[in-house]
Amino acid sequence: MARVLAVSGSLRRGSHNTRLLEAASALAPQGVEVVLLEGLRDVPPYDEDLDGDLPPAAVRALRAAVEGADAVLFATPEYNASVPGQLKNAIDWLSRPRLTSALWGRPAAVVGASTGRFGAIWAQEELRKILRTAGARAVDGGVAVAAAGGAFTPDGRLADHAHAEEMRALLGRLVAEARVPAAA
Amino acid sequence: MSTLAPPVTGTWTTDTVHSTVEFAARHMVVSTFRGRLPAFQAVLRAGDDGLTLTGEGDARTIVTEDENLTAHLQAPDFLDTQRHPTIRFASRSVRVDGEEVTVEGDLTMRGVTRPVEFRGELRGPAEDPYGNVRLGLEMSARVDRGDFGMNWNAPLPGGGLVLGTAVTLSAHLELVRQAL
Repeated sequence: MARVLAVSGSLRRGSHNTRLLEAASALAPQGVEVVLLEGLRDVPPYDEDLDGDLPPAAVRALRAAVEGADAVLFATPEYNASVPGQLKNAIDWLSRPRLTSALWGRPAAVVGASTGRFGAIWAQEELRKILRTAGARAVDGGVAVAAAGGAFTPDGRLADHAHAEEMRALLGRLVAEARVPAAA
Repeated sequence: MSTLAPPVTGTWTTDTVHSTVEFAARHMVVSTFRGRLPAFQAVLRAGDDGLTLTGEGDARTIVTEDENLTAHLQAPDFLDTQRHPTIRFASRSVRVDGEEVTVEGDLTMRGVTRPVEFRGELRGPAEDPYGNVRLGLEMSARVDRGDFGMNWNAPLPGGGLVLGTAVTLSAHLELVRQAL
């Protein structure tokens, strides 16, 4: 069983991006379990002074959740043309210590939803750049769900068949990355 | 092909303390940034059919002046050292003309093998105070990092890209003859 940790960059109840991850869970290939991260809100601002032998509990939980996953699926909204601060902050924690961090070499994929017309495409692009700089193995492509208010069916599925197919393909690429063995 | 005088014979390996493998790329359009590959070993063999040079380095030891830059260079954007921990070189021909040397061969980085040509100088042999015989081999080659699947870049505010695609690889090798 491959485990994909799903991280929503939006904290609010009823978030479109959290719904997008829940929809992704239903589209995951057989043998793939998608688990939603809890506790992003509790992660404090990155502070190197706190990043010693015993970092804050919320950070330890965050790092353990990522380290326990074969891959990570991020859903990001777009705030002021970029990634929400709390999500970026979490990645900053997850990127250290540099060569042994939770994100180091970890396969990752990015999707996004927005109420606007573009589906958080700039935030998604920036998030892939951030993840790659952190050393994650961010796969190409995403899913951009625009006009997110009407993008889901009442039972939480993606209303647009094309979105569902993109999500299915992306999850397939993500899991394939997670199955590539590290070189000897 | 001409040979050194006196002729180089036998097997020579790197004295790693006195040897360096470096890379350099154009940065911010105007300057050059450098890094090193500290863990490497090279072997020069003189056989009946001429010289061969092979080398192998541990890409996970790549280092620059900045830990964030070092990490990015080891990440999948660049060398992807998790999946491709070894950088290899194997010569196909080593030509020596006086002190000038041209080494053609295959370089493998990030799992991709491409032909490269190093040019430089081969000096010696010289005997050290302990009776070891040493050769100096200094050479460099220019490669396009894109040929090895390393296409990362970022635009600069005033135009242009932050990192050049041409990378100069240089090896400053002190080679010690192995006992027969």
